[in-house]
Amino acid sequence: MTAIVVEGCDLRLEFLLRMGDNCLVLGHRLSEWCGHTPVLEEDIAIANVSLDLVGQTQLWLGLAGEVEEKGHSADNLAYLRDAGGFRNFLLVEQPNGSYGQTLMRQFLFDAWHYFMLRRLEHSSDKRIAEIAEKAVKEVTYHLERSTDLVIRLGDGTPESRAFMQEALEMLWPYTGQMFDADSLDDAAIASGLMPDLADIRPDWDTQVNRVLKAATLQVPKEAWLHKVGARSVHTEHLGYILADMQFLQRSYPGATW
Amino acid sequence: MGETAIHPSIDEIWTWLGEVPDPEIPVISLVDLGIIRNVEWQNGRLVVTVTPTYSGCPATSLINFEIEKALRDHGIADLELKRQLSPAWTTDWISAEGMDKLREYGIAPPLRDDGENVACPRCGSRDTERISQFGSTPCKANWRCRACLEPFERFKCH
Repeated sequence: MTAIVVEGCDLRLEFLLRMGDNCLVLGHRLSEWCGHTPVLEEDIAIANVSLDLVGQTQLWLGLAGEVEEKGHSADNLAYLRDAGGFRNFLLVEQPNGSYGQTLMRQFLFDAWHYFMLRRLEHSSDKRIAEIAEKAVKEVTYHLERSTDLVIRLGDGTPESRAFMQEALEMLWPYTGQMFDADSLDDAAIASGLMPDLADIRPDWDTQVNRVLKAATLQVPKEAWLHKVGARSVHTEHLGYILADMQFLQRSYPGATW
Repeated sequence: MGETAIHPSIDEIWTWLGEVPDPEIPVISLVDLGIIRNVEWQNGRLVVTVTPTYSGCPATSLINFEIEKALRDHGIADLELKRQLSPAWTTDWISAEGMDKLREYGIAPPLRDDGENVACPRCGSRDTERISQFGSTPCKANWRCRACLEPFERFKCH
């Protein structure tokens, strides 16, 4: 397959890193809950969602390594890039906070992830379409679960509702980035590699508004939204995630099981 | 080498693979699970195509190891395992025999017609409820029977 190069970036590689890094960073964040959630069923559930996302990371970053042609495995890309090399959304690197905050972050991302993957099943790139076909089955379940829990906790006790409303207001500004295409997105959309983000937006809006309404939560009005900026720029939180996640490979390069 | 490479029939190889248990639910075989998509000889090399259940299923690498071990034990020297993502694995590929074995083992099988009325694998009652979307493995959910009051796992439709 001929590489499409825009602004010095291989479009396919860039796109694969964006998908893979979202899964990796969120999967890692969720794994931080393992053994600490409020109830056992949630512990198992959140660890399983984390596992799905890390598994999907293997697929996206594995293909990224093939496309890059520098002999990097998915592990190499996960463990040996610095923060500036990561392409994930700011949303997924935000701290877990309360359990409600974790679930709200999950819901806002799951809704984007689901509609993105649904359309990626028709990507012009067969390998990307295959990964999407696999992943969407898992993400359907993630969205079902986070939808259910956001409604139950929002429309729950005054205390749980307050937690969810606070989480929504804190995380909402990060949702703008998911729909704000940069020039590389535009080129990937034009080539048929990925769907138009403007087509995903109405589906996301419908789902999110319906669920937040059922959860009796108020969408922040006139909230300031993060723009896409450079995808290599992150909040301070990513550095701490990487310090934790990459410790072993940084301290003992090449260590294997 | 002077040795004659053995070249068993495809049917025989399927039989061998049907004796390899799933590492996490050993009552069913990998063939029952429906993850072995193809077996064929290509220029003297045996190519086995396997599809993963869930992307992050920790058993995936163990499954590949078990397949390789079983076939090597039967004398297959030239072997290649291929991963195939599409079409994505579905529980509809679990054999009827596999569904029965799951039920006998105490796991409600993934029958789509059940909808929200999953039958308790212990007493058969359909007066049951889901208590968690996830269970001990990614492929299962936790349920409870209101009739016999026993908890049970259900293999999720996927």
